[in-house]
Amino acid sequence: MTLLRRHWPWLLAIVILLAFPFLFYDWSKGRHSGFVLTLMSEIGVMAIFALSYNMLMGQAGLLSFGHAVLLGMGAYCAAHVVLLVKAGSFWLPTELVPLAGGLGGLFFGYVFGWLVTKQRATAFAMITMGLGELVSAAALMFMGFFGGEGGIPIDRVMDTSLVGVKYSSPWQVYCLVLVWAFIAAILMRLQTQTPLGSMANATRDNFERAQFVGYDPRMVRLYQFALAGFFAGIAGGLYVLIYEIVTFDTVSAAKSANALLAVYIGGAGGFFGPILGTIVVVLLQSGVSLLSNAWLLYVGVLFIVMVMYAPGGLIGLIFMHMPIWRAGRMRELLLPYARAFPPALLVLLGFVLMVELASFTTIGAAQGKKFSIAGHTIDTTTPMPWVIAIAALVLGGLWLRREARGFRERWDALMEGAKVASAKTSADAKIPLGKAQEAMS
Amino acid sequence: MEVFVVSLLNGLVYGMLLFMLASGLTLILSMMGVLNFAHASAYMLGAYFAYTISLYIGFWPALIIAPLLCGLIGAAIEMWGLRRVHRNGHIAELLFTFGLALIIEKVVQMSWGLLPVPYRVPELLDFPLFKVYGTQFPAYRAFMLAISALMFGAIWLGLTRTRIGLVIQAALTHPDMASALGHNVPRIFTLVFAAGTALAGLAGVIGGNYQVTEPAMAFTMGPIVFVVVVFGGLGSLTGCFIASILMGLIQTFAVVFDVSLADLLAKFGFVVTSSTPFAEVLNVTLPRVGALLPFLMLVLILVFRPRGLMGTRDT
Repeated sequence: MTLLRRHWPWLLAIVILLAFPFLFYDWSKGRHSGFVLTLMSEIGVMAIFALSYNMLMGQAGLLSFGHAVLLGMGAYCAAHVVLLVKAGSFWLPTELVPLAGGLGGLFFGYVFGWLVTKQRATAFAMITMGLGELVSAAALMFMGFFGGEGGIPIDRVMDTSLVGVKYSSPWQVYCLVLVWAFIAAILMRLQTQTPLGSMANATRDNFERAQFVGYDPRMVRLYQFALAGFFAGIAGGLYVLIYEIVTFDTVSAAKSANALLAVYIGGAGGFFGPILGTIVVVLLQSGVSLLSNAWLLYVGVLFIVMVMYAPGGLIGLIFMHMPIWRAGRMRELLLPYARAFPPALLVLLGFVLMVELASFTTIGAAQGKKFSIAGHTIDTTTPMPWVIAIAALVLGGLWLRREARGFRERWDALMEGAKVASAKTSADAKIPLGKAQEAMS
Repeated sequence: MEVFVVSLLNGLVYGMLLFMLASGLTLILSMMGVLNFAHASAYMLGAYFAYTISLYIGFWPALIIAPLLCGLIGAAIEMWGLRRVHRNGHIAELLFTFGLALIIEKVVQMSWGLLPVPYRVPELLDFPLFKVYGTQFPAYRAFMLAISALMFGAIWLGLTRTRIGLVIQAALTHPDMASALGHNVPRIFTLVFAAGTALAGLAGVIGGNYQVTEPAMAFTMGPIVFVVVVFGGLGSLTGCFIASILMGLIQTFAVVFDVSLADLLAKFGFVVTSSTPFAEVLNVTLPRVGALLPFLMLVLILVFRPRGLMGTRDT
């Protein structure tokens, strides 16, 4: 019963995630939507990957530009294991293929980690970038392990399942991804509470003091890196099972950048930030890329806006409301939000229209696509749509600026009120203030 | 011998091009501590601006206008972007420039298309200057060498002989002291950032038609420039110069010599067959490893000598 009471969000998440694909279930044909299942499996894998990235960035303060190397190496290991099992060299249930990837990731995490964790901060960022480029160049060079440009194709139907499932349908694979995603997320959550997890935080915040306490920051970084490699490897193993192929893009700089974008947009501070960020990035990547060429631009702009205005990411923005929520005054924010909404929408529409116009004049024209909104084809070479886009952007920007000032005043007043209220209750009930901050982080 | 001389000349041209990019980056990195991911994007913008300008008013005005435009963009980025992010620390600055590099690549794709643009060498310089052992040496490469040598001279004179140069040098090693003495260090930052970006733009103008002007050029050039900067060492223009030339030579010579480790071992009477362990690694020829060498150098130097060739402090 305590399990239910304490961990209900996890259980709720499992139920929602299992039920969600049924919203897109095609009852007439009696099968799932393959697109939705693949998309959700992708989100699951990338969420593990982003969480493992956050073990470095959020927990240990290490900014890596080559994290995909660990994902990719795990994926390649898992692919080779699948091939060996199929050839009859040894027996391994399909369910444990991600574990094989994880062990591969752990091994390479330790080996590469031994090199890269000699440095920290900017030097660490650069050395991981060098390593990433090195491995992705090597992936095209050595045919034996990496399979060159074609990659290594596998067949996930292995007939070695523990529960008698063939894994021939995306639904079965999705369930497997879900199970592994939860195992990995829970393990990573627990890892934050181990001494290693705490020491990683300590070396992030003040590595000199961590040294004085008697820990070698290098070893902390190394173990953290190797463990992050393990979880990235699990993600790699799942990746192989979903797509049944592993190519050099799994180690590429673009994959590493994806993890970085997801973690930062979601928020590196909290545990669940990266998951939120992954959902946003994968949806933009898979959803918007169907409609527009410019998904990376939207992600990039979102990223920059986050870096400039909200370093805590989306999750940080949500948690900023906590004190006001606690004070029970959220209702007073409704009006300021409602007032800021139309200009924000105007700016967004203007921006999207502008980007799409530009992208359809060059890339779209080259691909022979026509820009159309709700059936109306729009000629991107005429000045009219451009004028509308620029006008929306400028007017919306000015209006938003005006509203933002009012919003800020209201916000500051509410925060001040919340602070006074919480100081009062904590003085009354002797609740340590740290509790509130703990809950926020 | 002939291969050697030709490769030496080509290596020098490429090395000097790298130096134009790397000198700005090394100044920015050592002064402000910002690893500017958008630096190579300025190189790309320079090339694209020059292409567009040369379509309308010709290559020679582009040589001046395109770098100036890049410099202005650089100043804007520093004043309205980096300064704001600066409060959140170096990592935030780095991430900011990283996001900027992504956006610039996308904007370039959207403005000029996904395919390479036909940015050509100006007709005035499109002739072989002289022949070395039967191989023609294009006049444009000599022009590139001249421009980059000129820039090198200008930077060196500017840094050592002018007052502002001396302040920059002071801010390079002791930013706090320089600001305590009453120099406006933020303004110097903006100036250096703009000048560095303009230099990268100039490199783009003269490098864009030497290589290919395409949207991926920033992401292929960027990492190599980082390698040069780290290899040369922070706070040292001389180190940066040596590293650039070295990198240029390594990359050109690696393409020329078609040997592998297996060939080397064969000289010592050790024959590599397909059953030897690591046969695949041993059989890879040098031209194929060429692209890998800079990153191998980067990893090795950061592991064993983090301050670089002539650096004054650790990266």
